[in-house]
Amino acid sequence: MSSHTRPAPTPSHTVGPFYGYALPFPGGPDAAPHAHPDTVTVHGRVLDGAGAPVPDALLEFWGPDAEGRLPRRGGSLRRDPVTGGFLGRNGVDFTGFTRVATDADGHWAIRTLRPGARDGRAPYLSVCVFARGLTHHLFTRVYVPDASGSGAEADPLLAALPAERRATLLATPEPHATYRFDLRLQGPDETVFLEFS
Amino acid sequence: MTETTRTVPEQARPADELTQADIDRQMAREREAYEKRLAEGAEPSHHPRREYAPYRSSALRHPTQPPVVIDTRLDPEAVELSSPAFGETDVTELDSDLTRQHQGEPLGERITVSGRLLDREGRPVRGQLIELWQANASGRYAHQRDQHPAPLDPHFTGVGRVLTGDDGSYRFTTIKPGAYPWRNHTNAWRPAHIHFSLFGSAFTQRLVTQMYFPGDPLFAYDPILQSVTDEAARARLVAAYDHDLSRPEWSLGYHWDIVLDGPAATWIEEGR
Ligand SMILES: [Fe+2]
Repeated sequence: MSSHTRPAPTPSHTVGPFYGYALPFPGGPDAAPHAHPDTVTVHGRVLDGAGAPVPDALLEFWGPDAEGRLPRRGGSLRRDPVTGGFLGRNGVDFTGFTRVATDADGHWAIRTLRPGARDGRAPYLSVCVFARGLTHHLFTRVYVPDASGSGAEADPLLAALPAERRATLLATPEPHATYRFDLRLQGPDETVFLEFS
Repeated sequence: MTETTRTVPEQARPADELTQADIDRQMAREREAYEKRLAEGAEPSHHPRREYAPYRSSALRHPTQPPVVIDTRLDPEAVELSSPAFGETDVTELDSDLTRQHQGEPLGERITVSGRLLDREGRPVRGQLIELWQANASGRYAHQRDQHPAPLDPHFTGVGRVLTGDDGSYRFTTIKPGAYPWRNHTNAWRPAHIHFSLFGSAFTQRLVTQMYFPGDPLFAYDPILQSVTDEAARARLVAAYDHDLSRPEWSLGYHWDIVLDGPAATWIEEGR
């Protein structure tokens, strides 16, 4: 490590109310290549401390493919140099990145690949939450069980949490490779949020 | 435009509306509380607290439980230690010039905003995506829900993106955004700002923030900027006027370096 003074970080600010025409992009919620057998749908709602839907939250998910490999590939927001618009993803390459805005009911849904385990830990997608009113984004994880329904047994983060807190990080299986994951920003069932050191 | 569209309708104002003086008192209390924590030996906070009463929308949108800390040194394979990648297909040349995205020229003061994207070690973040969005010169967003009765500009959308260079550098051409009112309290105005979204070499370094212009008289009144209670940290959100970046007969230049917080797997950067 070099000995020069470390620069101090740029502070965070809220994403505000008007990112909607700038950050979401066509195909943003759909990272799974077309007809990929490992495709899963993850969906849920973002709720505030009064249990009301948060209609102006933006979520980002970052995760590996089913073998646990993290892609290093662009193409999430392919641009069209002819029209200046978006082309959408190419339907073949997996970038591992999804971005989705909540709807008026606070609901969101993404289609991505079922994350594979890394280093013997339980498989998960990393989640970053932005919203009007949120001065600094929040990190959490959505743990998605493997196709057999297992996977969350030997994870150091999950093991360190009391059962009711742990439950906030576990996606609930629904039919058709679909998983439910609600985010509660505040309150008795508040989602576990993470900080990295 | 009729006369009535130029004023905020009375019924749109919440009955319990706070005045600027109320917000000023709350902001002063938050600053004093921060200075007390510092005097008691706390580390300076670079980022705003998520609970910040003067910014009223934060009330129900901040967690009350402390975050669970993940020591990434014990988990070098953590997903968050790598980052989504973006490439040449994700950005066109026109995306970094917000004055050339329509048939005509936008109204306003043409500016260049340029700087470097760095990590906490001062290393450049290379080939990574920067996104920005902003109001037009009149302080109006090209967003359906922006009801500020200021003119839209048919030649300005206010969205840009660029990939950083090998030295972490970036450059945008745009117009200087206007200040605009919002409904946090009576007579609340946001200082002129540009929203930025940044990716690092690790997802832990993700950042969304806002850049301000030097000498804006609205700084002291704005609970968004003041949510950063550390004075030195606030100053890092303000770009510097840079005469060397100004172009004769064309545009004014502002310099703004961005430093991403959060751990990264150093081997990724060194291996590049
Ligand atoms: Fe804004």
